[in-house]
Amino acid sequence: MSREKEVKLTKLAKCAGCGAKVGAGVLAQLLEGIRVHHDPNLLVGFDRSDDASVYKISDELALVQTVDFFPPIADDPYTFGAIAATNALSDVYAMGGEPKLALNIMAVPESMDKETVHQILRGGYDKVYEAGALITGGHSILDDEPKYGLAVTGFVHPDRVLTNAGAKDGDVLLFTKPVGIGVLTSAMKVDLVDEETKAFANRMMTTLNKSARDAMVKYEVHACTDVTGFGMLGHLLEMAQGSDVEIHLDVSGVDFIPAALEFAKMGVLPAGMYRNRAFAEAYVDCGKADTAVQDLLFDPQTAGGLAIAVAPADAPALLDELKTCVPSAQRIGTVRAYGGGKRIFLE
Amino acid sequence: MVDARGYSCPVPVIMVQKAAKNNNELTVMVDNRCAVDNVTRFAENNGFSVTVTPEGDDFRLELKKD
Repeated sequence: MSREKEVKLTKLAKCAGCGAKVGAGVLAQLLEGIRVHHDPNLLVGFDRSDDASVYKISDELALVQTVDFFPPIADDPYTFGAIAATNALSDVYAMGGEPKLALNIMAVPESMDKETVHQILRGGYDKVYEAGALITGGHSILDDEPKYGLAVTGFVHPDRVLTNAGAKDGDVLLFTKPVGIGVLTSAMKVDLVDEETKAFANRMMTTLNKSARDAMVKYEVHACTDVTGFGMLGHLLEMAQGSDVEIHLDVSGVDFIPAALEFAKMGVLPAGMYRNRAFAEAYVDCGKADTAVQDLLFDPQTAGGLAIAVAPADAPALLDELKTCVPSAQRIGTVRAYGGGKRIFLE
Repeated sequence: MVDARGYSCPVPVIMVQKAAKNNNELTVMVDNRCAVDNVTRFAENNGFSVTVTPEGDDFRLELKKD
């Protein structure tokens, strides 16, 4: 592509990546009153705030379905496509499943040149193949703001579905990617981020949660969720409420991206961070944690890592294995029986 | 005076950051909540006190270094 024709994709986006997600509180209002139909084979449905729906086909097989799409989060179209695919596939991994089929969902401005569109799709295709799945079709519409993502179908054994509702008193909480991606992508929009940090962020957002999933299914894992648009604390709150437990987060164990901490102190924060904070803050005892640290814990993560609640006896071995195969293996806290007050404690 | 109305985040806070370099007092106009919050974060971390006044659909922020 010639320099003249090169578009800054993120300039066409109103919100960055998972920061474009409708807030959790608003979502609940939008769904309120809509009749939920039940089916005995529907193991996980939309009445629970989980990552994907799971439908049992036989005693050995359950279907996992999810969809995710958003406006450009990277200027390079191929990278944007790969990030969107990594993010969409992640929900299947978070349920303990393996993705198999995917359909493209795309919105493109009429004026966008074909090569750019082609590169977005190629980024998506390459990532889906890396995951061992196939793109079998899709749907595109015209829209002023470009958007790309995928509807993904996968499989899981019905007895080995990992929801966010199974965490138990005593479980150890592990995490697999550094935190602060939303702040970095926000800073990228105003060209504050150096090339090295930009490349690091893109590498994190295009790392599949496949290795994390493949490692965790070998251990006694009670609950899992991927940390995306609602931020670390939003998703952990869903886990704490869904499992009826409380979570004690060891802030010193979290791998915060240093540049993101600096940007947070400068006030370079995405709108999604404030939405997440407004939704979850009442359930969180922030203790003595710095505002910048809190902000990163509420920061919407695009294609973030897996938060895994594992039995204490298995925690050291899983952590050791994760250290060999994920971007950043962290022991970030513990699960305790619910004491009736706040759901999450920053310590 | 920084008029950051019409700009989406994080542009307003960057405009304020630049203007604040040589000023101990600064008036900022923004038109969205995220910009109010971001400019407030910046002010608090850089020794400014800040007062926010809604003006119709906009917000006026007064930053002052003590």
